[in-house]
Amino acid sequence: MGTGTGIGRVRGLGSAKHGAHHWLAQRYSAVGNLLLVLWLVFSLLSLPGLDYESVVSWIHNPLVAVPLMLMVVSIFMHLRLGMQVMLEDYVHDKGLAFFSMLLLNFYAFGGAAAGVFAIAKIAFIGIVK
Amino acid sequence: MARSTSRPLSPHLTIWKWGPAMAVSIMHRVTGNGLATAGALGLIWWLMAAATGPEAYATFVACATSPIGYLVMIGLSWFFFQHLFSGLRHFVLDMGAGYELKNNKMWSIATFVASLLTTGFVWLYIFGKAL
Repeated sequence: MGTGTGIGRVRGLGSAKHGAHHWLAQRYSAVGNLLLVLWLVFSLLSLPGLDYESVVSWIHNPLVAVPLMLMVVSIFMHLRLGMQVMLEDYVHDKGLAFFSMLLLNFYAFGGAAAGVFAIAKIAFIGIVK
Repeated sequence: MARSTSRPLSPHLTIWKWGPAMAVSIMHRVTGNGLATAGALGLIWWLMAAATGPEAYATFVACATSPIGYLVMIGLSWFFFQHLFSGLRHFVLDMGAGYELKNNKMWSIATFVASLLTTGFVWLYIFGKAL
């Protein structure tokens, strides 16, 4: 063992040697979701309507498109970490656990990419006639 | 997991009296995974429909404003607010506060009260505006 104090040896590492990275990333993305999804909820409630033209012209604004992209990324980061913990708890078979992590990563990265792409298309092209 | 069936399991889940802290804990997981699947897919569907064009968006709106669509949206909004308030409770617990039995029970119940009230207010506002 090292010569430092106990807290000095474990700080930022923990028993898994991965430190508290997963735990912290879950909290960071939770704060991101808290701010950004509440912003989306309040924005949708205050829009004049939720029809095609109202929604697309709202997302077309860069001050909307950028936070909306951040929200999609934050949501999919957070759900990847959260569902990972759920699967680790309930999927005991090693092969199935590996396969479920594979699917989860496809889902999380695929969903985030689809969301960001959709917002970017609206931001650049706007209303499609 | 392999285990010897001749040996008894230590009693766990079945012997505890259900309390608010247990309910809010499992509901955090249920709501989180519900939002992660149905909620996230609905969000992507909405964004993709808006990016595709008026017809795709009309299809989304028709599904979302059907009776089942409203049920799903109201359910997801309650899931969101329950997960939000339960998550705020987690932030307090992470700081090492709120573990006294009475406090813990009170704030567990408070997350359910707050999420149901907020969901109710949001939908009253939406249906009120539509009238």
